[in-house]
Amino acid sequence: MSKTMKLTLRVWRQNGPSDAGRFETVKAEGIKDDMSFLEMLDVVNERITNDGGEPITFDHDCREGICGTCSLMIDGQAHGPNKRTATCQLHMRSFRDGQEVTIEPWRATAFPIIKDLMVDRSAFDRIVEAGGFITAPTGGAPDANLIPIPKPVADAAMDAAECIGCGACVAACPNGAANLFTSAKISHLNLLPQGQAERYKRVEAMVETMEEYFGSCTNHGECEQACPKAISIDWIALMNRDYAKAKFKNRRLLSRT
Amino acid sequence: MVLESKIPEGPVSEKWESYKFNRKLVNPANRRRYNVIVVGTGLAGGAAAATLGELGYNVSAFTFHDTPRRAHSIAAQGGINAAKNYRGDGDSVYRLFYDTIKGGDFRSREANVYRLAEESVNIVDQCVAQGVPFAREYGGMLDNRSFGGAQVSRTFYARGQTGQQLLLGAYQQLARQIGLGNVTLYNRCEFVDVVVVDGEAKGIVTRDLVTGEIRSHAAHAVVLATGGYSNVFFLSTNAMACNVSAAWRAHRRGAYFANPCFTQIHPTCIPQSDEFQSKLTLMSESLRNDGRIWVPNDPDDTRSPDRIPDAERDFYLERLYPSFGNLAPRDVSSRAAKRACDAGKGVGPLKNGVYLDFSDAIRRLGAPVIQERYGNLFEMYQRITDEDPYKVPMRIYPAVHYTMGGLWVDYELMTTIPGLYAAGEANFSDHGANRLGASALMQGLADGYFVLPNTISNYLAPKLGEKLVGTDHPAFQAAEAEARARFDGYLAAKGTRSVDWFHRELGKIVWDYCGMERTQQGLEKALSEIPALYEEFRTDVRVPGSGATLNQSLERCGRVDDFFQLAQAMCLDALMREESCGGHFRAEHQYDDGEAKRNDDAFAHVTAWEWSGDARTPVEHREPLVFENIKLAVRSYK
Repeated sequence: MSKTMKLTLRVWRQNGPSDAGRFETVKAEGIKDDMSFLEMLDVVNERITNDGGEPITFDHDCREGICGTCSLMIDGQAHGPNKRTATCQLHMRSFRDGQEVTIEPWRATAFPIIKDLMVDRSAFDRIVEAGGFITAPTGGAPDANLIPIPKPVADAAMDAAECIGCGACVAACPNGAANLFTSAKISHLNLLPQGQAERYKRVEAMVETMEEYFGSCTNHGECEQACPKAISIDWIALMNRDYAKAKFKNRRLLSRT
Repeated sequence: MVLESKIPEGPVSEKWESYKFNRKLVNPANRRRYNVIVVGTGLAGGAAAATLGELGYNVSAFTFHDTPRRAHSIAAQGGINAAKNYRGDGDSVYRLFYDTIKGGDFRSREANVYRLAEESVNIVDQCVAQGVPFAREYGGMLDNRSFGGAQVSRTFYARGQTGQQLLLGAYQQLARQIGLGNVTLYNRCEFVDVVVVDGEAKGIVTRDLVTGEIRSHAAHAVVLATGGYSNVFFLSTNAMACNVSAAWRAHRRGAYFANPCFTQIHPTCIPQSDEFQSKLTLMSESLRNDGRIWVPNDPDDTRSPDRIPDAERDFYLERLYPSFGNLAPRDVSSRAAKRACDAGKGVGPLKNGVYLDFSDAIRRLGAPVIQERYGNLFEMYQRITDEDPYKVPMRIYPAVHYTMGGLWVDYELMTTIPGLYAAGEANFSDHGANRLGASALMQGLADGYFVLPNTISNYLAPKLGEKLVGTDHPAFQAAEAEARARFDGYLAAKGTRSVDWFHRELGKIVWDYCGMERTQQGLEKALSEIPALYEEFRTDVRVPGSGATLNQSLERCGRVDDFFQLAQAMCLDALMREESCGGHFRAEHQYDDGEAKRNDDAFAHVTAWEWSGDARTPVEHREPLVFENIKLAVRSYK
């Protein structure tokens, strides 16, 4: 049977990008332990609305842990206390009755706050736009089975491609670095035979765009711990190696023009 | 107005080829002189915007999400069908065409479906070229699995995240076009209205969700790829923000809305656990490849499932449909589950589920193989229910999942407003009364990559040199003023109940009377209750905050308003369609064994509704469905 609990929330409220922002204390009562964390916030918001206040703004959508829209630092941890779990998949049975819970937005210079717990993650899109693709115009593709891809390679590419682009890695990083996100995208494409033609151009463009917005990686490893998809920090090594190689390869290209 | 479907002449297998040859073309150098708006960046919209940008058109793409990669296509789990016949098990374009028409219970257009089956083959090629990491076998070739409603293995997949990988593929192509400057992206920006000048779509009005700014955008053509309307039920497997607003606002401007009562209930979702629940979670249908569905023979059996011997279990799908067994189509499996629960045999604390049991498969194949195939789904299940499906059977129950109905479109995907197109789930065209598994991804990508980029030039070519209607045109100004008044109206109501309260109440009515089973009496009841609740909504809704900053209650309020209007068309459509077909089951029309009883003499048509100015009284139009290739037959999966 499900249990009912009471919690005290310390929630970051900020009315817009230029507002200073502050913590507000909100009571969460009548919470069932079967609820998801976001359903708990729904209940709190419903009560705030009925009491004439303005509900807490937070990003969310699929509530299945795949779209990457939800965020939230919960007691200082990106996506809360459970490993490999996005906020929307976190359930209240992971909390104690009477517990005080602090809820903050993602904290990173590259992710400016829009309102309350919602941030702007479009810097991620800039990185992908710089090179996170394989140039393959619609209509010109050869038969799908023409290039056999060894299963371990396809599986490794898939491991990297599972990234949901939520930004927890950046929020968890003491430097606000986006190396896990960027390296996952690069590795997904750089591992595949189809991605070879643009391999070095891709890594160079993406890494340099990343550096325009985000901090530098100093191998803390917090990103891997926070990642709801458990994306491996090994991809960062692969990215660094490819980036170093690109610097030589592309210099050679440069000398030929 | 006569609904002109514009299906090309000739045998079904040559129609698309001859259409592509006969259509008018726009010369590559002239394409940049056309502005095209694409609303929605899921599989259909993202693929269309990327491909149109690549062709050289001047594209603006709109999404209400923060980035195109969040679109709900991302949540599709199981896979995508393609008639590749890589298994050598007798698949062909014709068989996929046949299965889709039959699966749709003979309520879709032959020509559209044949084209879909033809393009399925190109989609998989295209996705592999983009780097979509589909599952492979050890030899390096692509792997396949089978899905409901088919007796061949034609489904391509990327673990349990096929939708995610296909969407990321489309998103990457779109990102490339954005980087190159061919596509301009407007994120966190919601479609509010389509602007029609002299009977043609000339642009849209949007609302910036961050600043509240209402703004006009002019174009030569507009594509809506804005998904389905399952959230009219409040509880569905759709993401929280999925809505009907774009399609519905277009409907109010003259686009007919087709077959709104064709909604799909997915048989394998996690049962509802309490009333606070905000959404339902789907467990991929692919689980039915290895899972066996059963309920105890004795409704009062309280033993734990592993203690119930086989002889005392009712594997009802295997019993009723021996040749398709656990892979019977979605509508058939869903109703069978409902009948089992209605008979009191449901399992779980609320007796609102049936077992989906993997113990045989784990014994046969070993847990590692099952983990490889479904690991992420098992994990998701455990996270939500706190139960381990490797040890105890999953509990599942049907939930609303997909809507086959949508904006009426012709063969070119154009709505009844010239210059306005609808693609993907937002249109009604390919799935008839029931969609087969792994076909939504196929349709979204076929529309976006291969159909629209071909058909849109036929409309644009003659407009070469035609100047854009400026956003200072009175039609834009009027649409903007109307939009402002609408949102101000929601804020000014200052009532006593929240938007979600109304949405939940509406959802209960629609689920009870227009859900898995419908009756004349129930639908009439819904049609009297919905307008009353709608009236209450308009006067008593409370939207806190202002329209000048980000306001999530205000966003939802506009969407729920449109759901109220759509719900009435849905119930009316269900009431008028006096037959059972696919996802539309009228209790009055069934065979003695409970199977759906179609009425081809009276209802082998598409019902397209025209907005009359009052949600209660839309005008009915019909497009007869002509079957030249496939003989109408009683659908049997026995």
